Amino acid sequence: MLRWSRRHIMAAAAVALPLTMAAQAVPAQAEESVLRVIPHADLKNLDPIWTTAYISRNHGYMIYDTLFAMDANLEVQPQMVDTWTVSDDNKTWTFVLRDGLKFHDGQPVKAEDAVASLKRWGARDGMGQALFAVIESLEAKDDKTMVMQLSEPYGLVLQSIGKISSNVPFIMPKRIAETDPFEQISEYVGSGPFVFQEDEWVPGSKVVYLKNEDYVPRSEPPSFAAGGKVAKVDRVEWLYFPDQTTAMNALISGEIDFFEQPANDLVPIMERDEGIVVEVNDPLGNIGFARFNHLLPPFDNADVRRAAMMAMKQEDYMTAAVGDPKYWKTCYSVFPCGTPLDNDVESSVMAAGSIDAAKQALAATDYDGTPVVIMQPTDIPVLSAFSLVTAQKLRQIGMTVDVQAMDWSTLTSRRAKRDPVDQGGWNMFHTWWIGADVINPMAIAFSGNPEAGWFGWADDLELEEYRTAFATATDPNAQKDIAAKVQERLFKIGASGHLGQFFVPVAYRDNVEGLIKSPVQFFWNISVDR
Amino acid sequence: MLGYIARRVLSTIPVMGVVALFVFLMLRLSPGDPAAVIAGDYATAEDIARIRERLGLDEPIVVQFFQWLGNLLQGDLGISIFTNLPVTTLIAQRLEPTIMLTLTTLTFTILVAVPLGTLAAWKAGSLIDRAVMIFAVAGFSIPVFVLGYMLIYQFSIEWRWLPVQGYKSIFEDGVGPFFRHITLPTLTLSVIYIALIARITRASVLEILQEDYVRTARAKGQSETKVLLRHALRNAAVPIVTVIGLGVALLIGGVVVTESVYNIPGLGRLVLDAVLKRDYPIIQGLILLFSFVYILINLMIDLLYTVFDPRIRY
Repeated sequence: MLRWSRRHIMAAAAVALPLTMAAQAVPAQAEESVLRVIPHADLKNLDPIWTTAYISRNHGYMIYDTLFAMDANLEVQPQMVDTWTVSDDNKTWTFVLRDGLKFHDGQPVKAEDAVASLKRWGARDGMGQALFAVIESLEAKDDKTMVMQLSEPYGLVLQSIGKISSNVPFIMPKRIAETDPFEQISEYVGSGPFVFQEDEWVPGSKVVYLKNEDYVPRSEPPSFAAGGKVAKVDRVEWLYFPDQTTAMNALISGEIDFFEQPANDLVPIMERDEGIVVEVNDPLGNIGFARFNHLLPPFDNADVRRAAMMAMKQEDYMTAAVGDPKYWKTCYSVFPCGTPLDNDVESSVMAAGSIDAAKQALAATDYDGTPVVIMQPTDIPVLSAFSLVTAQKLRQIGMTVDVQAMDWSTLTSRRAKRDPVDQGGWNMFHTWWIGADVINPMAIAFSGNPEAGWFGWADDLELEEYRTAFATATDPNAQKDIAAKVQERLFKIGASGHLGQFFVPVAYRDNVEGLIKSPVQFFWNISVDR
Repeated sequence: MLGYIARRVLSTIPVMGVVALFVFLMLRLSPGDPAAVIAGDYATAEDIARIRERLGLDEPIVVQFFQWLGNLLQGDLGISIFTNLPVTTLIAQRLEPTIMLTLTTLTFTILVAVPLGTLAAWKAGSLIDRAVMIFAVAGFSIPVFVLGYMLIYQFSIEWRWLPVQGYKSIFEDGVGPFFRHITLPTLTLSVIYIALIARITRASVLEILQEDYVRTARAKGQSETKVLLRHALRNAAVPIVTVIGLGVALLIGGVVVTESVYNIPGLGRLVLDAVLKRDYPIIQGLILLFSFVYILINLMIDLLYTVFDPRIRY
């Protein structure tokens, strides 16, 4: 029989007491509504101007507000701006801020904050740089009025400051926005619908936002980034999961409410779960790209690039990388299909998808068997699959291919090298752009300027002239015609292979309501019924 | 003894210096560039160059090394390139989950593996012995993540007894939530070490049980329990402690996978994320920390030898 001496009892009490106290020390949870989200990536950086990472952009939308915002018709609507006017010569733009705008530190949002924020953004963002190239002056006339003076009429003023994706011109307090654009900000004060909880931030794990009780939303219904941003939960937690299977299990068990980007192979499992809704939330999707290095042989020859493009049958790429046909479609326009500038000029080169035609086209060039180095990022399954399909296609048409496996970080540094292959250069890599980033010719992906353009360094003066004409055109019909010419040039010079339009679904518990269909995941208007 | 400890602690300084130099050079000479990762798809080569300049990555490697070393000597591990937070802050945020997971795993492992190995040795050749050895082989062979997913499926998805993921602090959230969250990771991580230590314990105890002094003890009429605990196990302790020590070092690697599978915000995940992003200050700081812990564990094992075997003196 077990006998307990006084010493035993004292020892047991000494152990049990603090444990009991610790258990009781758990604070009673207030009745607050919480939305628990698995974001598509870990939020490592809090400055959406310093980095172009989409997760930092999404963080920006949580805590900052924008002057204008894009709606579901891809039209720009006022957000922080109440009214604006344009002079008859299209060179003087005057913006008046709406009432009730307040930063999280209690200070009112003033025009000088907007001026400083736009200047910082304009130093980093491609569209911002183009806009500031024609801005003569940008000044706060009074606390609520900002005046932009242009040197010449510019057709993309609102499209630039109302752009939906990175870098988004978020409005910060002047003292923060005056930070060097190439250095990170160290204070995270916005005027958006949620307030960032810095003391609860655990990089690599958890980000917490609380509802901004002082936020005054617009009265219009939400539409993409435009309309009323009504926070319907008290608290949003972003819980980063490095392991997709664990993320799925957490959603199935109800520990998580919303899973932003589940891996393709896990989607069927979640679709079978009755408590989970799986649907496409981004109507524009993503566009697969095969990028050539225009500086190095064999892809320094436009005919070789076009021959390679003719072999790129989009169905094969989408089947290999995405799988289920309900999550992809072929799209032979350089602009996302279903968007205003979508067209079919010169797209036959992409629509060919024929090994025989590509073989003949290659035979007509002076291709001499120079190996093609394809960088394959094995840590990103979609891009890894794209790389392998391209390798096979190029081999089939008679090219020599060297697939080099690496992680994405290595690829991002190597693709910036213009050196020959034997000195660390490259011939091809694959990526995707979200549809919202390539809806018009101003996207850096369509650049024809080898000095300031995208990796791969396409060089085409005519293309650049069309892009400039697009930016300065103020008539939408004229813009559409110019966009078709841009596409024609892009295909004629074989700038990049376009591999199809695919959609990554979101998955969420069936008690979550109010998701806004958009290329960017927003968390206002969402409620959870527990 | 105190002199020995002092000498061993002092000897860590040159070891850490070599580790620091090696880690620094290895990182800077390996492919990958944090500036390119930060700049993203929209960047031009000029943007990347400007970011490199702001981060000080355009300085010669020697200059960068001595700047880092200078800060290190003042206890400053640097600032994370991506999060802009001090590395010490990031490590402090992640320390508790990893320490607690290591402690629970170690405790559970010792409580299960040593009796299991002793039992197998005592009943050598029997069904129990074979069962323990089959478990040991299976436990050592099954990958940590496979076992993790199996346990999650059964305990969290099917039976809904335990949570799938996450960590709750014993200090802030209480004992109950802590154990609910740490149980499956501990089980997952323990199995491989239970297998390893049970095998070593069995082999060591089996060898001791064939010694003359054990036969003498039995001849003198000592009970089997006393023979096992006082004579066999104590004398078999030195190799067992060695393996437990090595196991702790191996745990540092094991937690990386376990923390990912169970979404525990520990040091293992921190180092993995940092490597993927090339966040040099974090990688350097963590490898230094792990090296220091490794050296300390070795020292503790050496000191424990003197407890179990009085013949050992330093």
